[in-house]
Amino acid sequence: MIILAFIFIGVSMLLYVLLGGADFGAGIIEIFTDKKGVNTISKAIAPVWEANHIWLIVIIVILFNAFPEVYSTITQYLHIPIMLALFGIIFRGTAFTFRYYDPFSDTSHAIYTFIFKLFSVFTPFFLGVTLGAVIFGEINTASGISFYQQYIAPWLNLFSISLGLFIVILFAYLASVYLSGEPADEESNKDFKRLSKLILIALVITGGLVFIIAEFSGLHLLHKFIKSPVSIGCGVFATLLLPAFLIALNRNRASLVRIIAGAQTGAILIGWFAAQFPVLVVLQGSPSLTIYNTVAPDKTLLMMIIALFVGLAFVIPLLFYLFKVFKFSEKTNTDY
Amino acid sequence: MDDFLAARLQMAVSLGFHIIYASIGMTMPFFMFVAELKWLKTGKDVYLQLAKAWSKGVAIFFAIGAVSGTVLSFELGLLWPEFMKHAGPIIGMPFSWEGAAFFIEAIALGLFLYGWKRLNKWVHLGSGLLIGIAGVTSGFFVIAANGWMNSPEGFEWINGRAVNIDPFDAMFNAAWISQSVHMIIAAFAATGFAVAGVHGAILLKHKESQFHKNALRIALTFGAIASLIQPLSGDYSAKDIAKRQPEKLAAMESLFETQEKAPLIIGGIPDAEKKEVKLGIEIPGFLSFLAFGNFNAEVKGLDQIPREDWPPVLLTHISFQIMVLFGMIMAAIAILFLLFRWKWEYLLEKPWWLRILTFATPIGFIALETGWMVTELGRQPWIIYKIMRTKDALTPMPGIVYPLILISIIYLILTFLSVYLMRRQIRYVHEKRLNS
Repeated sequence: MIILAFIFIGVSMLLYVLLGGADFGAGIIEIFTDKKGVNTISKAIAPVWEANHIWLIVIIVILFNAFPEVYSTITQYLHIPIMLALFGIIFRGTAFTFRYYDPFSDTSHAIYTFIFKLFSVFTPFFLGVTLGAVIFGEINTASGISFYQQYIAPWLNLFSISLGLFIVILFAYLASVYLSGEPADEESNKDFKRLSKLILIALVITGGLVFIIAEFSGLHLLHKFIKSPVSIGCGVFATLLLPAFLIALNRNRASLVRIIAGAQTGAILIGWFAAQFPVLVVLQGSPSLTIYNTVAPDKTLLMMIIALFVGLAFVIPLLFYLFKVFKFSEKTNTDY
Repeated sequence: MDDFLAARLQMAVSLGFHIIYASIGMTMPFFMFVAELKWLKTGKDVYLQLAKAWSKGVAIFFAIGAVSGTVLSFELGLLWPEFMKHAGPIIGMPFSWEGAAFFIEAIALGLFLYGWKRLNKWVHLGSGLLIGIAGVTSGFFVIAANGWMNSPEGFEWINGRAVNIDPFDAMFNAAWISQSVHMIIAAFAATGFAVAGVHGAILLKHKESQFHKNALRIALTFGAIASLIQPLSGDYSAKDIAKRQPEKLAAMESLFETQEKAPLIIGGIPDAEKKEVKLGIEIPGFLSFLAFGNFNAEVKGLDQIPREDWPPVLLTHISFQIMVLFGMIMAAIAILFLLFRWKWEYLLEKPWWLRILTFATPIGFIALETGWMVTELGRQPWIIYKIMRTKDALTPMPGIVYPLILISIIYLILTFLSVYLMRRQIRYVHEKRLNS
């Protein structure tokens, strides 16, 4: 059951990255597109954005339900980056909604758009920084150490920042891939495609950077990675998909491109989880928090898993229906 | 400002903000469902336009409710990590259910908002109803968690740790039903009055608008029925806490001394130091009657509670008085409305009536907020009633005043912005209607 709860976190995280991440990414891409592109973006994400972001809440609920000490440790020691990410979530979500629902296009629209773009970068950056801090192992639960050591050093380091950057670029990459298949005119399609190639290059570079910085910071990510056969497999798989991705992109196979990009992201995430297993939070000076030493009693796990399965039995078909109606249909007008 | 006060204020600001948007987000879909149903039945275009106009309001409020709710799911841990560490495994289950319901609500909202042309009419109508049902369900579950804080069950507390956890018993705690029923009815009443008030204000300027007349009628029907049921639910809640949390009732009513034939004190300013109430009106025996259905029953006063376990009497008392006052005004308006609808239809268009409704726009939400304050303040000093004190759950991180200031400013701006946006939506709908 512990493993099942762990898998649920992994799956929710993957869905959050693929769906919510692409949604953040759409805002990042907007920085590099013209007005037509912006229109495509707005129409593409409006019907699904709220649903896409609920995966984050699912992750949080599973954490405090099943691994409460993980939740309370993260929220306590990473208060600052989490709070910053939350500010980003507020600003970005409301700016997007306001832009969509403000019927008069005057200067207010320019302001909404600016805020939307800014926090589309800001929010995933701090989510990535938080994740980086969780892996990095500078969180120190000892008492009597300075404010800086306890609440700032764990996340204000090169590794966490590089991971934040990586996440931002990963999200932008996912969005560019999705958008290049959105029903729009030929030209914006081309733009999105060109963009996705450029971003892919940036992604590979920052990905390498994360590993290099990890090595220099004494976090032997690569070492961890090659210790687990699953991680190696995932790494190889994601790399092998790179040429396949470029071929599919050049041949205009929109859905294949999306699937490959999704599979790559999934492989990276699974590889990372496998390398990390069973650790959830790495601590300094005390044993890491694992799924085993923080797990809630069996009864709690059982009840939570039942709730998740029943909930998903309703959510998944509805979600498919939602995507079917808006994402895979030929009609281009979202009639507002 | 000390961190404890800052953390409590941040929680109050965040919840107080979220609760408004969440209440509208879960009840207003029913209004637009009725409007769309009327369109399908009568074929009158004006109902379709109403359903569409309302749905945009719902979209805006829902989005703000969703982001502020996401913030809250983290804030519980950011501010009260010690609480969540112990409470998480006990009350996580209703949160899981709440998450699922909220998810369904978001999907249904997406279908409704953007599916006007893509979905079959009846499927579309169904998606509208689903938003409302899922919304109310999620409200029901999330209040189960709050109910548990008032009536902690489903575990044994041994040496500062919860053992023998039974999430099922925790969810079905004694406070759940009375609290969630009261809250959900309040949401309907508050939203109904607020929406009716806005349309009433517009009708004062544009007397002949059928659009606004229909809107007012649908919204106020919801608001009026809810306001008339609410006193019954309130009575049930009062009897419930008289048994379960006597100090909360004593603080609400400023009852310093345990007594038979306990008086109901209306208004007044309690002084916890001198243990007296200034300027209040006392109705002998009525508190005994309200709490136990018997004018002679003994009601427990604050004298039976150790001083360090008292809730803040002044704030709890005043909040309760405001809630009851506004609740009664709403009930009175509700009776007039139903009477007019039944017998004197022409009175519904009189300017004085519309002015009353305009004036009443915020009172439902004031009652809702003060009611929420009663239940939260009345539980203090406990975060888990008689198990864990709020101050013991506080995060050790210093400087909480800074996030408090930021969150307060952001939510203040958002409040103004959402009002601004509503006004622009209304103006737009209005101009479009004039031009067509």
